[in-house]
Amino acid sequence: MKRTTAVFLAVLLFAGACDSGSGGGSSSSTTTPGVTDTEVVVGTHMPLTGPAAAGYSKISPATKAYFDFVNAGGGINGRKITYKVKDDGYNPATTQQVVRELVLQDKVFAILNGLGTPTHSGVLDFLKTNKVPDLFVASGSRSWNQPDKYPGTFGFNPDYTVEGKILGTYVKENLAGKKACFLGQDDDFGKDSLAGIEKVLGAVVAKQNYVTSNPNVGPQMGALKAAGCEVVLLATIPGFTALSIGTAAKIGFKPQFVVSNVGADPTTVGKALGAAAPLLEGVVSANYLPINTDDTNPWIQLFKKVNDQYNAGAEFDNNIVYGMAVAYLFVQSLQSAGKDLTRDGIVAAVQKNGFQGPGLVPLRFADKDHSGYGGEQLTKVQGGKAVFFGQPYTTDDADGAVQPYTGQAVTPPQNGIPAA
Amino acid sequence: MTDIKEKRPAITPEQTTSKPRKRPHPIWYAIAGAVLIAALTYYLPPFRNYQLATVGAYFTVTAGLTVLTGLNGQLSLGHGALMATGAYTFALTQNRWLTMPLSFLAAVLATVLAGAVIGLAAARLRGPYLAGLTLAVAVVVPSVASTFDDTLGSDMGLSIALDPPPGVIPMERWQAWLCWAGALLTALLLALLVRGRFGRDLRAVRDDETAARLAGVHIARTQILAFVVSAACAGLAGALFAFLAQSVSPGAFPLTLSLFLVMAIVIGGLGRLFGALLGALLLVLLPALAQSVAEGSGSQHLEGNLALVIFGVVLVVVMLAAPGGLASIRFTSIRRKR
Repeated sequence: MKRTTAVFLAVLLFAGACDSGSGGGSSSSTTTPGVTDTEVVVGTHMPLTGPAAAGYSKISPATKAYFDFVNAGGGINGRKITYKVKDDGYNPATTQQVVRELVLQDKVFAILNGLGTPTHSGVLDFLKTNKVPDLFVASGSRSWNQPDKYPGTFGFNPDYTVEGKILGTYVKENLAGKKACFLGQDDDFGKDSLAGIEKVLGAVVAKQNYVTSNPNVGPQMGALKAAGCEVVLLATIPGFTALSIGTAAKIGFKPQFVVSNVGADPTTVGKALGAAAPLLEGVVSANYLPINTDDTNPWIQLFKKVNDQYNAGAEFDNNIVYGMAVAYLFVQSLQSAGKDLTRDGIVAAVQKNGFQGPGLVPLRFADKDHSGYGGEQLTKVQGGKAVFFGQPYTTDDADGAVQPYTGQAVTPPQNGIPAA
Repeated sequence: MTDIKEKRPAITPEQTTSKPRKRPHPIWYAIAGAVLIAALTYYLPPFRNYQLATVGAYFTVTAGLTVLTGLNGQLSLGHGALMATGAYTFALTQNRWLTMPLSFLAAVLATVLAGAVIGLAAARLRGPYLAGLTLAVAVVVPSVASTFDDTLGSDMGLSIALDPPPGVIPMERWQAWLCWAGALLTALLLALLVRGRFGRDLRAVRDDETAARLAGVHIARTQILAFVVSAACAGLAGALFAFLAQSVSPGAFPLTLSLFLVMAIVIGGLGRLFGALLGALLLVLLPALAQSVAEGSGSQHLEGNLALVIFGVVLVVVMLAAPGGLASIRFTSIRRKR
């Protein structure tokens, strides 16, 4: 019976521990979870460890750094932003656990920028049931744009079909008559991207898939070489971009690479290629945010300043630009939602849109559209840096045309914090 | 939870009279456990209920594994793969027919089948060779998922259609009930199974195969049966995990999961159901605790790795302080020393 007593004691301890945990997070006068007169608590799930941590683990510290910068300026409507980051290791089962912890235990106001298609797909229903705003998911899957089914979920990245159409247009206009082929990840990323490319180019000459669990693309690149491909479009994550370009070089295969924005950051890919980094010269890609190496851009100047002051001067790459751009958009949403901050209020504010920030093209948010940025501008690697060329394009994920965008880029506000 | 450690001698009539202290029947432990869990689910806040459910799901697999490894001496590093088998079967059946009892049953049956196949091979292998075989099984999961990507959804996995919980029961309480129903049922069946002749056979095979053979124990049959039983537990646990996560993907059953399961039963106390319970509790609480300690330390760049460091340090300390596992710590021995 001693053991039974021990179990009982353990259970009591366990129960006691959670009481102290849940008791601390209660809010004061207002009824909205995570919001008090002086604070708004938001949470996220990110891969800080595990297979997707390389590069991506730099996003949430950057977001947090921008919030610290805003808090140092007095916060928004008198409220400081507290950003709770939970590591899910890119494992959907862990995502379930940590998102429940954030919502049920830590009582966050919203989930901001949860990363990953397989991970975030699993918590959509949970967030909907609990009426938690699910803002600016970090992935280009079209799943986030289902306002009828998931009214509180909003995307951020241009979706992969939009990107595919823009990359396809580049190939059609500049590399006409060359044999175009495709290598993509074996999930929504690859499938949506290919759908966009084929909408513009028609069927590609050859297409191949890879899975992240098998880091060898030798057979795929061999097949593309055998098919006589002259242009290879890649829907790959950074590690596999490096692998594909490196493998092609090894077998003497020199096509023009056109790479999805997801896997084209020259800093990250170059690091993976090591001494073979010069192979990246001339690679074409696209982007919708300012590029980290563009020191003349006022947004980059702002973000660099914040990075030095509040992020301990972490190596400034495009993941940091991304994290801060998300933070900037969230602050805009908070400003727009006004002083009486509620969950319905912020969803309505985001749907009303009208935000202008670091993005090259407008966000598309509306009643019936919850997808993020609506287009991209092409880049080319020159001297180890990605450089914009041409003009930005916008399009949709259906049959709409790819159109040049002529709007003017905005500059950041004087103090670096968006006004109401 | 009942105790199935090997030290307990087979009860002979003289011993029962000389030693009046008799353990209650396992069914009482199960009933007490059920009452306790039911009470807890009303007392605990939703997130703790979810964690409680996760402990139940882990306990379902660690209980089976501790019987296999602790009592029969077969080391399996592939139980994560068996869980994946159960989880995928659950997902496919659930999405097809949307009947939960059927899906759980299908999950267990499919894993029994897989367990029998691996068990057949396992009965011919010993120690490191067996570990190698089961390790290979664990590694192969993602490739299977990507080979049949039309059915199994490759790395993205499948999302699972679930009926809402009956009546006004909150989701988290419903999850805790189901998971613990599975866990307690598993533990009860295992306890009943290893009390009798089968349990003696298991231990005999583990301790000395030659002696067991001379005593008329069928070695291969015992080993295969042990593997199948523990595979069935893993299958049910996998289905429970899929039910909890409402999705299934190779990423949810990595190699580290298999290793963590072995670690849990060793830390808890090998060969005891109570040890398996402690191990399951640790699997849920320790990472959460390590994470919150890491967050509290204020360093935002080390967060991810710091949690792992704390996790590892705790494990080392436990193994140094209680080499027989947590279940071997006895309050009596402390008292006796005074």
